[in-house]
This record gives sequence, C-alpha cells and structure tokens, in this order.
Amino acid sequence: MRIATSSLDLRRPATLESALQALRDDARTPIAGATDLYVTLNFGTLEARRFLDLSRLAELRGITERGDTLVIGALASFTALQRSPLVVKRLPMLVEAARLVGGVQIQNRATLGGNIANASPAGDSLPVLAAVDAAIVLRSVDGERRVPMTEFYTGYRASVMRPDELITAVEVPRVEGHQWFRKVGTRAALAISKVVVAGVRDGPRAARFAIGSVAPTVVRARKAEGVLAKGGKIEEAVRALQAEITPIDDLRSTAEYRTAVAGNLLRRFWAETA
Amino acid sequence: MRFTLNGLPVETNAHPMARLLDVLREEQRLTGTKEGCGEGECGACTVLVDGQSVCSCLVPVAQVEGARVTTIEGLHGTHPLQKLFMDEVGAQCGICTPGMVLAALALEDNPVPTLDDVRTALAGNLCRCTGYSAIYRAVLKWRAEADSGPHAAPEQASARHK
Ligand SMILES: Cc1cc2nc3c(=O)[nH]c(=O)nc-3n(C[C@H](O)[C@H](O)[C@H](O)COP(=O)(O)OP(=O)(O)OC[C@H]3O[C@@H](n4cnc5c(N)ncnc54)[C@H](O)[C@@H]3O)c2cc1C
Ligand code: FES
Ligand code: FES
Repeated sequence: MRIATSSLDLRRPATLESALQALRDDARTPIAGATDLYVTLNFGTLEARRFLDLSRLAELRGITERGDTLVIGALASFTALQRSPLVVKRLPMLVEAARLVGGVQIQNRATLGGNIANASPAGDSLPVLAAVDAAIVLRSVDGERRVPMTEFYTGYRASVMRPDELITAVEVPRVEGHQWFRKVGTRAALAISKVVVAGVRDGPRAARFAIGSVAPTVVRARKAEGVLAKGGKIEEAVRALQAEITPIDDLRSTAEYRTAVAGNLLRRFWAETA
Repeated sequence: MRFTLNGLPVETNAHPMARLLDVLREEQRLTGTKEGCGEGECGACTVLVDGQSVCSCLVPVAQVEGARVTTIEGLHGTHPLQKLFMDEVGAQCGICTPGMVLAALALEDNPVPTLDDVRTALAGNLCRCTGYSAIYRAVLKWRAEADSGPHAAPEQASARHK
C-alpha cells in the first residue's frame, strides 16, 4: 500500500441505523467489497481518509421477492447473484453479467451496490438494471427514497446519491419477454467492457435496450426503442442509437469502434430475439 | 481482532484497514501468499476466506474478523494438486502457483470439469511463465484422479506456520 494506514479511520457499525447516523455525523466513504476502493487506496490516488465498513450489515445482503418485485440487497456479491435461484429465474441476464465481472476472486467480493455506486460507465450490471427499469433504494437517517436506474446518474461518475445516503437495495419489477446480454471486451473474463449491452424483447415491436461504455453514463436507448415501437426498420433504429451515444477514445478502445459495435449489437439483439 | 488462520485462532494488532495480504506476509510471516499487481488483476495474492477465493491485496483485514482464512501454507505441501503442479511442470518461477492452487480448489465440487470450467476458475490468475496449458493439465488430472483417494479439505487442515 502506498499510503500509511495510520492516517485512515474505519468505523464498523453493526446496524443500518448506526451506519446511517455515522454518515450523517461526518463525511465517510462506504466500503463494501473493496474491489474498486482498494485499487485506488493501494495506488495512493484515493483522497478519502474516513471510511465506513458495510460488511456487518447483514440486512443488506439478502435477495428476496416482495410480491412481483425482486429485491436484491446492495451487498449481494456477483457470486451470490449467480447462485440465487430467484435471480436465475427472474433475471437471468444479471447472472450472465455477474459471470463476466472480473475473475472468480473479484466476483466473490464485488457487490451489486458497489458496482452501482462506483458509477463507472463500464459497470457491467448497469445496462441490465437500466433495461429492466430497476429502482435504486437509497436510505439516510431521514428515510428512504427510490430512484429509477435511468435517472440515477447525472454525469460522468456522478449520481443523485447524497453523501449521507447508502444504497440499500435494488428493486426489479417482473420482466416479461426475452432477456439478452452481451459484453464486448478484450477477453471474456476480467476485462473491463469496451461495450456492454442488455435488452428485453417483449413482442414484435417492444424492446428495451441499454448500453454501457459509450457515454459518460449508461444509456437507455429511448430513441432507438421508439423507432422500433413504431415499426421502423432496424437500420433506422441503429442510426437513432448511434446518435444518442457519445463514445470516446480511451486506452481500451476508440469512439469509432464503439459506435460500430453498438450498432452491431442492436442488430444482433433484434435478430436473435425475433 | 481475531480470525482463524489455517485452522488456528490468531489475533492481529494490525490497523483494521491494513490489507489482508500485508497482515499475512508481514505480521503472520506466511510468505507463500504473493503480491503481483496490488490491484486485483493477477491473483498471486489469492487466499480463501470462509472457503471462497479472494484477492488478499483488496481485502481490509477488518473484514475477515471471525472468518476462516486459508493460505497455501494451510495445504502443508501435501495436497494432491500441489504434487500435480510439480509433476506436470505447472510451476516455473512459482510466483503464481500458490494463487493458482487455491483458486483451483473451487473446482473441488465439480467431479468432471471441462477445460472451459478450469479456464473460468483460473481466469483471475495470471502466469508469466508456463503458457497455462501445464497448469490446466495439472488441474484436470487432479479432478480425474480425485476418486482414487480422499484428502483433507483445506479448512480442516491444521496450521503449521511459525
Ligand atoms: C481485477 C478487477 C476486475 C474488475 N472487473 C470488472 C468487470 O468486469 N465489470 C465491472 O463492472 N466491474 C469490474 N471491476 C470493478 C469492481 O469489481 C465492481 O465495480 C464492483 O461491483 C464494486 O463493488 P465493491 O463492493 O467491491 O465496491 P467498493 O470498492 O467497496 O466500493 C465502490 C464504491 O461504491 C461505494 N459504495 C459501495 N457500496 C455502497 C453502498 N451500498 N451505498 C453507497 N455507496 C457504496 C464506495 O464508497 C465506493 O465509492 C473489476 C475490479 C477489479 C479489481
Ligand atoms: S497482487 Fe492481488 S491480484 Fe495481483
Ligand atoms: S510460474 Fe512464473 S508466473 Fe506462473
């Protein structure tokens, strides 16, 4: 580690109430599986010095059904998602996404809440949650609020979550139709996505499609969806999609490549779920 | 703060945010766990926490309070997989080997893993030396031979460090 641990302060609350109180009392960075945080901490690029360990909050770990809603606790790991019969049955594309997050060691520790809160546009679970109109459950000492996944991010690495709030759960309404997930990276496991997409096809014209790594935040392709809903041609939808994304060149890929791949993925989604 | 290390209770005075990797190597003097990248990419620092493989470079030691931690030393050099890594030349410089062996233990419940299963199980472990095929061969042979003799699960193995 490149920084002295003696400069760091960690609180380890045993209940959600005390965790939320600690966040209200002073600014603290939550730690879930630490697979993002410890990379930056080891590197010495993390500025935070006060932390809040969430790992004792067992109530944030469960995966349950409430009526028609699938409720996934923020601390559910990608391994837990793969093993959950409820997720396998109701949201198989989240299982596919979970299998491709890093290697097994990362999947055993990395949490869904951490993937969302970390707010990387390449987060593999984000298009899945955006495509199925999931809601993020945020909690503070003042109470609870729900934010649609498609309204959660406000810009690059920015979200509506306040510093005194925690993500406690993700709520997924019943999904009808064919679920489809693809991750394009340099290799299947471990690689950060160059482009990652999730779609739901429910009928000849009804599609929901979300795409990551092609804009500062995950994009729900409303314009492309609208074209298809009106019975428009797939090529017209591809053009609409390519107009609503803003990919960049970075060390993993180029904007041109990402634009082409985004279009190809929409074509394949449409053909394979027909 | 206490946890169980290779079957024995240990107490650590390390800072709660110290990396599990550093506590194992520097405080507990178990240097079989290696540091490669320090960012979760290479798997050289793999240990088991309650039977699940993790990168110990990304684990604050506070999060293993009360847990069972197994390092390569917990296998005592007698695990059949360790012998197969040697026989099949699945180890050259050896830096990746402890992590490879511990990550491969996840296949213990898989009686007949395919090459693809082995690749997936070891996707988080990099090797600069062997080109992987000898490693995959060792793991596949271990599963194929698994019926022929029972061996102690790592959790039951007693510690022999210090
Ligand atoms: C080698 C490697 C490979 C990776 N591969 C992938 C990949 O393929 N795909 C992918 O999407 N990601 C990948 N990641 C990134 C990372 O594993 C994920 O983003 C993971 O889901 C983060 O979860 P965590 O629990 O480890 O988060 P942490 O590191 O604990 O936290 C991440 C951020 O979220 C905040 N946070 C965590 N939980 C909460 C909460 N409940 N409420 C509010 N804030 C919270 C933290 O304060 C921090 O800012 C990889 C990482 C590594 C090291
Ligand atoms: S040192 Fe931990 S993964 Fe490389
Ligand atoms: S044997 Fe040298 S890194 Fe694998």
